[in-house]
Amino acid sequence: MSAILANTAIVTGAPEPARRRAGGGLWTAVRTNRKAMAGLIIFLIFAAMAAVPRLFTSVKHPNDAAQYASLAHPGSQHWLGTTQLGQDIYAQLIYGTRQSLVIALIAGFFATVLSVLIGVSAAYLGGIGDEALSLLTNVFLVLPTFPLIIVLATYAGKGNLLVVIVVLVVTGWSYGANQLRAQTLSLRNRDFLESARVRGERRSYIIVAELLPTMTSLIVANFLGAALYAVLTAAGLQFLGLGDPSSLSWGTMLYWSQNDGALQSGYPVWAIAPGICVALLGASFALLNYAFDEISNPALRPVRRIRVKRTDS
Amino acid sequence: MRYLLRRLGFFVLTLWAALTLNFFIPRMMPGSPLQALRDRTHNKLSPAALNSLLSQFGFDPHQNVAVQYVQYLKNMATGHWGISIGGSLGVPVRKLIGQALPWTLGLVGVTTVLAFLLGTVIGIVAGWKRGGLLDGIVPPVFVVTSALPYFWVALLMILLFASGTHALLPNDGNYTNGLTPGFSGHFIFDVIKHAILPGATILITAIGGWILTMRNNMITTLSEDYVRMGRAKGLSNRRIMYGYAARNAFLPNLSGFAMSLGFVISGAILVEYVFNYPGLGYMLYNATVNTDYPLLQALFMLITVAVLVAVLICDFVTFWLDPRARAKA
Amino acid sequence: MSSAPILEVAGLRVEYSTSRGAVVAVDNVDLEVCKGEFVGVVGESGCGKSTMLFAIAALLSPPAAVTGGTVKFHGHNLVTMTEKQLNVLRWRDYSVVMQSAMNALNPVITIAAQFKDVLKAHGAASNNEIANRSAEVMRLVGIDPIHLKSYPHQLSGGMRQRAMIAMALLFTPDLVIMDEPTSALDVVAQRSLMVQIKELQHQLGFAVIFVTHDMSLVSHFSDQLIVMYAGQVSEIGPTRQVFDHPAHPYSRGLLDAFPSIRGPRVELTGIPGSPPDLARPPRGCRFHPRCPQVFDACRVTEPLLYQVGDVQARCLLHAGGASLLETSEASGATT
Repeated sequence: MSAILANTAIVTGAPEPARRRAGGGLWTAVRTNRKAMAGLIIFLIFAAMAAVPRLFTSVKHPNDAAQYASLAHPGSQHWLGTTQLGQDIYAQLIYGTRQSLVIALIAGFFATVLSVLIGVSAAYLGGIGDEALSLLTNVFLVLPTFPLIIVLATYAGKGNLLVVIVVLVVTGWSYGANQLRAQTLSLRNRDFLESARVRGERRSYIIVAELLPTMTSLIVANFLGAALYAVLTAAGLQFLGLGDPSSLSWGTMLYWSQNDGALQSGYPVWAIAPGICVALLGASFALLNYAFDEISNPALRPVRRIRVKRTDS
Repeated sequence: MRYLLRRLGFFVLTLWAALTLNFFIPRMMPGSPLQALRDRTHNKLSPAALNSLLSQFGFDPHQNVAVQYVQYLKNMATGHWGISIGGSLGVPVRKLIGQALPWTLGLVGVTTVLAFLLGTVIGIVAGWKRGGLLDGIVPPVFVVTSALPYFWVALLMILLFASGTHALLPNDGNYTNGLTPGFSGHFIFDVIKHAILPGATILITAIGGWILTMRNNMITTLSEDYVRMGRAKGLSNRRIMYGYAARNAFLPNLSGFAMSLGFVISGAILVEYVFNYPGLGYMLYNATVNTDYPLLQALFMLITVAVLVAVLICDFVTFWLDPRARAKA
Repeated sequence: MSSAPILEVAGLRVEYSTSRGAVVAVDNVDLEVCKGEFVGVVGESGCGKSTMLFAIAALLSPPAAVTGGTVKFHGHNLVTMTEKQLNVLRWRDYSVVMQSAMNALNPVITIAAQFKDVLKAHGAASNNEIANRSAEVMRLVGIDPIHLKSYPHQLSGGMRQRAMIAMALLFTPDLVIMDEPTSALDVVAQRSLMVQIKELQHQLGFAVIFVTHDMSLVSHFSDQLIVMYAGQVSEIGPTRQVFDHPAHPYSRGLLDAFPSIRGPRVELTGIPGSPPDLARPPRGCRFHPRCPQVFDACRVTEPLLYQVGDVQARCLLHAGGASLLETSEASGATT
């Protein structure tokens, strides 16, 4: 028997043992995605700048006026030059990171919280509650928020950081709420939720312990989107002079450079540099957001073309 | 049919919400803008003119709030938008807006629609040719450009093309001072020259978002069974790409366009500001600097109406393109 | 049934490119379809039957691709043809019917428009011809041609499915490939659709490759039956033989899982375990971890297809000519 078998069959090699990766799939997914890594690295650099500015510059109080010569061009002493009031631009950039990052993260966080609250509630309440909340969401979505922010900021008086954050949260939650509501509606009838209901779990438990964890990637994507929105809008507001011009952030730097006509008088670095930081921080959120899209929807991932062997006969 | 009625209802409701917000915000803010208004015009307008201005503004303190509210709504609807108390003191708000409106429509309106259409087409092609060269470049580049702040791109544009002694293009205003407006070729050429940089700014920043969403929609649609069916039927690539894939992928993009308009408006305001382009956005900025409440409120209402009209148009187009929307209640 | 095959598949191999490397989804499949023949392909989910179907129809898309073998349709090898060449053959000589008509029909254009675009793509001339032919095929499947004006979502599930079959018959092709067209329907509709397909087959003379997971359904209607497991053909032969005397333990297991309504009451047996991960298939025979008749050689030796009477089975029990089935049963050996 064995002789016949040996002639007629093929012996296969040993299969490789299964290896489990530690740390879960999400970190691996982020690690292997180039866009995600780029975004993450940029963000971490800014986080470092905000947390320990002393690592990056020796200047202690960058906002104090008349520390250095006014309007110096970029050079070895001042990497990015100085402002009209004699402040070191590079140092301002580093210290300004804090306010810009804080606004982005706090406004983004609270906007996301609102999105989750309203979006999930709307989907779960159904009926008239859903109609009312959806209407509220759509109204806020469509209202042109920047003019609204301008109007609000004007009436509230300039120079209030809290007002800026509140206004960003109030105008930034609606997009996410719509997405979360749609997702919750589609998940609502899935079996794992049904089994929790049948087990007799309370509704709040079901929502928090069963539903939300499955929507994590969507919530994170929403947070990133809200943070991006906050960065750009806050910078725009401060640029127009509606933030607190005496505080230090990238937006206020832009305001002062515009006010003092930096671009026109040949000091472009002062005008462009803070903008680059805003752009980079925004880009890091956008890259992370886009990468999350790819992670949660495998169809969007970069496609590898397989080599097709065509055998003619 | 019911779908259209619902969308119309939504239009009216949102407009009403915007107007109501517009009405109540001044009353809820700390301090008294009312007093500021009085202070500001104290020496320049007679008490009678002041009262009529205030009542047009809905601020008649002798009537109760409800009556003022109704009066305010009536005024907004009929075009009684009051008198400016800012830079152009005493000029009717309607006149000021009328001057600025065409410029914004031309600049912002045209470039936004162009960005959307171009973005859609590029997104279709990029999504169709998965794994190709275009698809490799497009996402990373446009992810970054779509996250750039509008005003920064504007500054960059000025830096590159419009500053120094060898400026290629003007960076200020909508036409050269001293030129008489008219339909002469010279004037039109000048207007276009002034519109290139601000227009390019809006186009570059806005297009990225639409390219990306269209591409992602295309890719998701391309994995649908009916696209494979199209291939199975032996249809030409072009027919499948446009008739089967793009036609379906476009629908969510259209609703996305409506949603993102608010954001585009904010960017347009900043662009107009940087370029001193005398459109509605620039006017809005000046109104805030001068605390010109009548102008501010009228502009806010107008911008809201513009966005809502655009959304409504998108709804109608969706209705026309998607037979399922016609069936949906 | 005439003897010349219209479709000859030899050594077909399909691979998916994944982040873990290439996964072989279809491994060395041979099959032949003669004119007017009804071939059933059964297997569990994930066994590669749909992939094989799309590979035969030249409808794979990245990350899947044919990496070996030939698919000869009327002598032309579809694997080496370009899209342009394929587009000439497609629909005219062979057509496809998919599982869910709701997903397979373009939701934003009418049924008539979907008929029209394929008719035009293959050179139909006048609108009159198009209208006539469209109405004709609709009547063939028993739908009033007035529904041509409808959109897919306006038709009922069964009607949609039949409309899809009507579309597949527009050019009266020689071969219609069907991927689980009845799975989305209820039992009654299933049977009525199958009967209709069989009638049309008699009427128009086309061959059918019918993929399903429901062995009992297809065995009433098919001439040839193919059982697939883990990307390979595990048993192939005339339906009657395979159904009445399954040679492969897997086929036997599948049949035993469907109790007969008449006949003696027997204990329900299933097949324990689940299909293997195709990225890391088991050593030796792919079925051996779940096989009730597994013995030592099964764990190391990959079986080929061995002839057992009129059928072929990929099982070491039948290697070497004489069926070992009787000897191992007689000696009471189980491992």
